[in-house]
Amino acid sequence: MATLLSKDFVRSTVEKYRGRRGALISILDEIQTREGYLPETALRQVADLTGRTLIDVFGVATFYKAFRLTPRGMHLVSVCLGTACHVRGAGGVAAALQDHLDLPADGGTSQDGAFTLEPVRCVGACALGPILVIDGDYMANVSATRAVALIEGRRDGEGAVCPTEDERVFPVEVNCPRCNHSLMDPDYLVDGYPSVRFTVSFGQEHGWLRLSSLYGSYAIETGGEVPADTIVHFFCPHCHGDLMGAWNCTECGAPMVPVLVQGGGMVQICSRRGCHSHLLDLEVDPEGQTPPPPLPR
Amino acid sequence: MIDLRLNGLPVQVEEGSTLLEAAGMYGIPIPTLCHMDGLSPYGACRLCVVEVGADGRSELVSACTYPAQDGLLVRTASRRVLRARRMVLELLLASCPQSKAIQDLAAAHDVRRQRFHQEHEDCILCGLCVRMCAEQMTGHAIGFQGRGEHRSIGTPYDARSAECKLCGGCIYVCPACSLRCTYTDPERAVCGGCANLAPPCLDKSQFHDMMCTMDPCVACEIG
Ligand code: FES
Ligand code: FES
Repeated sequence: MATLLSKDFVRSTVEKYRGRRGALISILDEIQTREGYLPETALRQVADLTGRTLIDVFGVATFYKAFRLTPRGMHLVSVCLGTACHVRGAGGVAAALQDHLDLPADGGTSQDGAFTLEPVRCVGACALGPILVIDGDYMANVSATRAVALIEGRRDGEGAVCPTEDERVFPVEVNCPRCNHSLMDPDYLVDGYPSVRFTVSFGQEHGWLRLSSLYGSYAIETGGEVPADTIVHFFCPHCHGDLMGAWNCTECGAPMVPVLVQGGGMVQICSRRGCHSHLLDLEVDPEGQTPPPPLPR
Repeated sequence: MIDLRLNGLPVQVEEGSTLLEAAGMYGIPIPTLCHMDGLSPYGACRLCVVEVGADGRSELVSACTYPAQDGLLVRTASRRVLRARRMVLELLLASCPQSKAIQDLAAAHDVRRQRFHQEHEDCILCGLCVRMCAEQMTGHAIGFQGRGEHRSIGTPYDARSAECKLCGGCIYVCPACSLRCTYTDPERAVCGGCANLAPPCLDKSQFHDMMCTMDPCVACEIG
């Protein structure tokens, strides 16, 4: 996956931050983003080039949990051991995974390099615990047996998500929040899945807009040309209710469009053309249903 | 010059002095552990606590790092200071009871027991060795790594460091002799001088986890 770290990459990264004393963390971060971890040679080179000693760089690299000094496995598995997950039995999940991968309690990378297991403290989804995060996909209410099955499902091939560009990609089915009619259009596929259909207007124009139902995909098709950056007004194609929500996009400030997810929860989509912000807020429904598992891309 | 009061005594010290230096100049004892002349102040052990400010608005500060200021009221042995200092000693005893330096300090302050969970750390993270290595020996071979309960002192990757000159300065200043004498594992040794000699304890395998308590270490003195 990672190409051999070239000396030039380190050099140009250091060069980029030349003269900025506090930039060590940014330099290390860029190297890690590229490499997946911080190799010893890179640390030595950074020390040389920034006029520090190796131990100074090493001290920073070991201080922050975000930095790792050993290569990461193909799949990153984080098991939440925060308080809420703990009381919901995360300890058993962690133990099962450690056992299964033959790793110590503080995690590590499995022998075959397939998985890196890391215990984390609270990923902010406490109500859904115990939480397992595999390559950035959140799995709720996992049990010990399910955890093992889930990671094994990822082992080879298809489910493999490149850890450096992890995105959650799974289909959601949505309803109009006003009339609760399904917005799914099974006859018009986007990304190979039924699309989500809206009636839209912008300026004097009216038309339709179809979104990919894959959470994490930004594919959009429109009836007419919608210039980038315009704020599009969303309506329900069934009840023609105005769907513009009360919340504003945290990225661009345009109003968000909330729609209901079948099975519980809601997605909010930014109404500005070209803005990729959307929020997914899944709730557990009374039967303890979990969010849909991510599908292979 | 800066005018301040030390235990009620009006004193004058030079600009830029710390309270510890001021007290030292006037012969007022303040115990220290992580302070050493010639090394930058670090303020890790908190043994040198003193009380600054007027009654009711006073606060505890570490004398080795607190700069002397005009008109400051400093008490080095108030009841509050003594209580805090004894607590610090108890905590130190709880983490590293085998240290001669800590035992002596505890005895001098009449601390004879501690109420906490007993541990036997090799290192109290006072940072003396790190500063010694960097500031006096210009070695920069050892430093802090990790964080929180995993914080430790050592060479990068815990391997013999190219910067290390085997001067043994770190072992010399260590109050806990935190740098374990690793003669049984020369590859990881920070000093390693003794690996070339036959230290008296070498054959006694039951002591293989023993720390180097020789002062100064015979091997390092030679190496
Ligand atoms: S405790 Fe696990 S998500 Fe908060
Ligand atoms: S001597 Fe001041 S804090 Fe240690």
